[in-house]
Amino acid sequence: MSEQIICRNAALGYEDGIVTEGLDFTVSTGDYLCILGENGSGKSTLIKALLGLKHQVSGEIKWCSGFSAGEIGYLPQQTPVQRDFPASVKEIVQSGCLSKTGLRPFYNKEEKKLCASTMKLLGIDDLADKCYRELSGGQQQRVLLARALCATRKMLLLDEPVTGLDPKAQNEMYELIAKLNKQGITIIMVSHDIHAAVQYASHILHISKKQLFFGKKSDYLKTSIGKSFLDSEENNHA
Amino acid sequence: MLDTLKEYFSFPFVRYAFVVGLLIALCSSLLGVTLVLKRFSFIGDGLSHVAFGAMAVAAVVGLTDRMIIIIPVTVIAAVLLLRTGQNTKIKGDAAVAMISVGALAIGYMLMNRFPTSSNISADVCSTLFGSTSILTLKRSDVLMCVIMAVIVIAVFVLFYNKIFSVTFDENFSRATGIPVNKYNLLIAVITALIIVLAMNLVGSLLISALIIFPALSAMRLFKSFKGVILCSAVISVICAAVGIILSILYSTPVGSTIVIADMSVFFLFWIISAFTGRNKT
Ligand SMILES: Nc1ncnc2c1ncn2[C@@H]1O[C@H](COP(=O)(O)OP(=O)(O)OP(=O)(O)O)[C@@H](O)[C@H]1O
Ligand SMILES: [Mg+2]
Repeated sequence: MSEQIICRNAALGYEDGIVTEGLDFTVSTGDYLCILGENGSGKSTLIKALLGLKHQVSGEIKWCSGFSAGEIGYLPQQTPVQRDFPASVKEIVQSGCLSKTGLRPFYNKEEKKLCASTMKLLGIDDLADKCYRELSGGQQQRVLLARALCATRKMLLLDEPVTGLDPKAQNEMYELIAKLNKQGITIIMVSHDIHAAVQYASHILHISKKQLFFGKKSDYLKTSIGKSFLDSEENNHA
Repeated sequence: MLDTLKEYFSFPFVRYAFVVGLLIALCSSLLGVTLVLKRFSFIGDGLSHVAFGAMAVAAVVGLTDRMIIIIPVTVIAAVLLLRTGQNTKIKGDAAVAMISVGALAIGYMLMNRFPTSSNISADVCSTLFGSTSILTLKRSDVLMCVIMAVIVIAVFVLFYNKIFSVTFDENFSRATGIPVNKYNLLIAVITALIIVLAMNLVGSLLISALIIFPALSAMRLFKSFKGVILCSAVISVICAAVGIILSILYSTPVGSTIVIADMSVFFLFWIISAFTGRNKT
C-alpha cells in the first residue's frame, strides 16, 4: 500500500470565513474513501481542494509519488451550465482524454479506442451519438463517469454520483464504482447515503465544522458519532 | 439581375467587401458558439463600447493612430471579462453590462468635456454601424482581414478539442491538468482582435448579430458541438453572402441586410425545430 494523498491539519474556506478545519487523513492506493457530512459542511469544497481547484487556508495537502494532475478523474456535482449544452456523448467522453494529448490537436487511435471501451464498460456505447442534454439523469451521470475514467486509471473523485438517480440506478452505480475499485482504482466519493458508504467503502471521513472522524469503516461503526448518524438516518427512513 | 451583379463584381471594392464580409462572418460564427455557450452573447457590444471609450481617450490625448490605444485596451477588457468564468460571483452577462456601460459613460464624458474637432454623434454612430463603410475598403484592410481570419481559423482548428472541453466544463478540465487559464486567455485575445477589426469595418451592431444569430440558429437543430459549429459557420457565411448581394441589388444598408438574413434563418430554424418537436424550447 502506497500513500497517494496526505492531508495534514488542513483548513478550507472562502473569503467570508473558514468552512471546515482540522482535516487530517491519508488516502492510499486502492482505498475506497467515503466522505460524509451534512449539507454545507464543506464536502464539495474538500473535493475541490484535493483537485487543486481551490487552495487550502492553512495546513498541508500533499500528493505523493509522482502523482500529477493528469491522472485524476473527477465527477462533479451537476452544474447547471452543462444542462443545455449541445454536445454528443462521444464528444464529452473523449474530452476526458484531453490531458493525454498535450499539444497534439486531435485524438489518436489509442485514445479513441480507450473511449469506446470505457463507454462499453459503462453500458453507454449505444448512446455515443446521442445528445447529452436529452439523456436521463442516470445516463448523464454515466457519461460523466466515463469521461472521468478516460482521464485516469488511478484515482476517481466523485461528488455525489448518485444524486437524482432512482434506487435501481443508484445500486447499479454503486456496483459499478465498487467494480472499478476492485480493479485497483482509488475512489474518493462524497455521499449522503450512509448505508452505501457502510456497505462499499473501506474508509470513512466524516466532516462538519471540523473533522469528526477518519479511519476504517469498521472503527467508524463503533464510534458514538457513527452510531448516532446511522440511527438518525434509520429513523428518517422509518 | 445576373448582369447587374457581374457588373458590380468587376469593381475591386465590391470584391473586397465581399471577401472581408465573408471572412468576418466565418470567424465570428466560430467564436460565437463558444461565446454564447459561455454566456457572453453580448461581448461584441460590450467590447465595442470599450473601444469607443478608448477612442475618446485617444482623441482627447490627441493621438493620430488611435489603434495604439484601442487594441490593447479592448484586449485587456476582453481578458478581464472572460476571466469571470464559472467560478466568480459576478456572472459573465452582468460583468459585460457593467464594463460596457461604464466605458460608454466615460467615453461620452471625455468627448463632451474635452471637445475635439471630431463630431461626437458621428463617432457614436460609427462605432455602431462601422466607421469605414464596408464598401470603401482599401487593399491593406483586406489583407489585414485575411491574415486575422487565417489566424483565428488556425487557432480554432488546432485547439478545437481544448476549446470544447474548456467551454463545457472548466473545473473538470482544470482538475485533469489542462491549462484552462491559458486557453481562456487565447479565446479572449482572438475575440478582442476580431471585434476591434470587425467593428471598424462593419460596426458593432453587425458583429453582435454575427456572433449571436448563427450560433443560436444552429443550436435549434444540431445536437453535437461539432454539428453546431459547422452549421453556424455555414449559416453565417451564406447569410453574409446573400446579405451583401441583396444590398448591392436593392441598395440597402449592408450591415442591416446581413442581420436581417441571419434573423430570417433563425426564425426558419426555430419553426422547423418546433414542428419536428426535436427541441423543447
Ligand atoms: N463559491 C463559494 N463562495 C463562498 N462560499 C461558498 C462557495 N461555495 C460554497 N460555499 C460555502 O461553503 C460551505 C460548504 O459548501 P460545500 O459546497 O462544500 O458543501 P457540501 O458539503 O458539498 O454540501 P452539499 O451536501 O449540499 O453538496 C457552505 O456553507 C457554502 O455556503
Ligand atoms: Mg456538495
